[in-house]
Amino acid sequence: MSEGTVAGHTLFSDPAVESIVSGLEKALGVPGGGLKRSSFRDNHRVWVEPARLASALKHLREAGMDLLIDLSAADYLGYQDAEHRYGVWYILENTSTGTRIMVRSWADDPSPCLPSAFDIWRGSDWMEREVYDLLGIQFTGHPDLRRILMPDEFAGHPLRKDYPLRGMGERHHFVPLARDES
Amino acid sequence: MPLKLADAIAAPDVEERECLWTLNFGPQHPATHTTLRLVLNLDGEVILKATPDIGFLHSGFEKLGEHLDFNQYVTIVDRMNYISPVANEIAWHQTVESLLGIDLTPRCKMIRVIFAELMRIHDHLLCCGAAALDLGAFTAFLYAFNQRELINEINEWASGQRFHPSYTRVGGLQRDVDDAWIGKVRGFMDGFIAAHNDVTKLLNRNRIFLDRCRGVGVLTKEEAINRSATGPVARASGVQRDLRRLRPYLAYDAIDFDVVCAEEGDCLARYLVRMEEMLESWKIIHWAIENLPGGPVNSEIDGRMVLPNQLSVYRSIEGLIHHFELNMTNRKWKPPVEELYTATESPNGELGFHIVSDGGPCAWRVRTRPPSFIHFSLFPHLAEGHAVGDVAAILGSLNIIAAELDR
Repeated sequence: MSEGTVAGHTLFSDPAVESIVSGLEKALGVPGGGLKRSSFRDNHRVWVEPARLASALKHLREAGMDLLIDLSAADYLGYQDAEHRYGVWYILENTSTGTRIMVRSWADDPSPCLPSAFDIWRGSDWMEREVYDLLGIQFTGHPDLRRILMPDEFAGHPLRKDYPLRGMGERHHFVPLARDES
Repeated sequence: MPLKLADAIAAPDVEERECLWTLNFGPQHPATHTTLRLVLNLDGEVILKATPDIGFLHSGFEKLGEHLDFNQYVTIVDRMNYISPVANEIAWHQTVESLLGIDLTPRCKMIRVIFAELMRIHDHLLCCGAAALDLGAFTAFLYAFNQRELINEINEWASGQRFHPSYTRVGGLQRDVDDAWIGKVRGFMDGFIAAHNDVTKLLNRNRIFLDRCRGVGVLTKEEAINRSATGPVARASGVQRDLRRLRPYLAYDAIDFDVVCAEEGDCLARYLVRMEEMLESWKIIHWAIENLPGGPVNSEIDGRMVLPNQLSVYRSIEGLIHHFELNMTNRKWKPPVEELYTATESPNGELGFHIVSDGGPCAWRVRTRPPSFIHFSLFPHLAEGHAVGDVAAILGSLNIIAAELDR
């Protein structure tokens, strides 16, 4: 999309988004343009590595991004040019100005793990539980990380790409009962 | 060891108190309307702790979305919030069209606006009617349902189905509307204000209804934002946020309407906001039906993104090839390898879809941002400290649709 270029790095076309992201880079101690950015249509994204994610989210909350619109993830197993297996997105909005940005991060096998945003936005509570349930990403610091949609005794994470659409795991906890056992 | 008096006489945790009574509310209960379960720890009649247990209706919609193409998946999104099906379809196809870069025709935009607002009325009528029903006011519910029936007929006339119309298509609609449909909408509009008045008169000064709603389940503005509430739930708490104004989509930038807000944030405020929003929707439909543009409903016939009409499929070789291209499993659309989130203001709140595309006709990942799911996570915060009878009032005011909650 229409991104300008200044001093070797790309700028967001929306000045409000640009000022938030450059403020974020300053707070994280990254040189200007140090965080990977991209835009598509009206979505403006900035990539933050998992180690810096907690402080980045905390900074964004203090910078006025008070509404966590959405938090979810996808499994990129076999996706073209994917560097990491799981991609996680946080869609944030400033409710007084209407500015919206998307923070992207990632996680990898064998134990995908990210810091929880529970203390920053309480709205992340169930969204993190859903990501944990369906994709198996752990959120450290979440006080109650249980399965939410699948039954507690379920094994596996259905939205992973190596989990088939049908077959494995269906009704595994329904033990068939013979007539004389019942 | 120094003895700490405060620790010794402090109340034990909720789980450790043996005098408490645990009540399983649901999954089958008249006030939940659908299947959801609440575990309530009660001290007498007061709720000390509420633990929602959901997932009874989980049917893997998002997994299915990775295996159905952009037109097929519309039948699944229909069944998420089945109280306002076309609103889901509009949100889904708006994301797909944004991904593919399709501009809609003015007529299609306006028909979608009319349907979106009809769905808002449809959803709010059920929510307000059922909320009143749970609190003992049966008559208002019947007046509300009478009007919903007319909207179902409008759905049927346009698409052939009452409940799950699957009316939108990539870049257009299943088919154009006709004059008889416009007449049906006008007929509904003429009778609606009287029915709205009936419900208002039955409830707004009904003492039982007011006593059970006022001051119950208060959500402050700070907590509404902190806990990601959107739509009427947030607006009843004073958050002036409406995506139709904030990020106008379809034809909303040309339409004059007010964003309804309240300050109190209790069940009564949520009810009043919904009732007032119906009148705003009525204004929007009224304007839109009088200013309905002519022309085609499907855009970009040459762009080969939209299904051709029946006539061109049967009468021309180009139309036949075009239809073939969009229906063979190895053809169809070629979206950019990108990701996109767009959202609409659905009756329940912000309904957004996030598509991760790998360039194929099915999405790599479809994430739904379901307003019911997020609003139900507010429930323990709203219910704790209230009596067990208030559960029905709070559930009714949040408008939880379990099919969307569990997907």
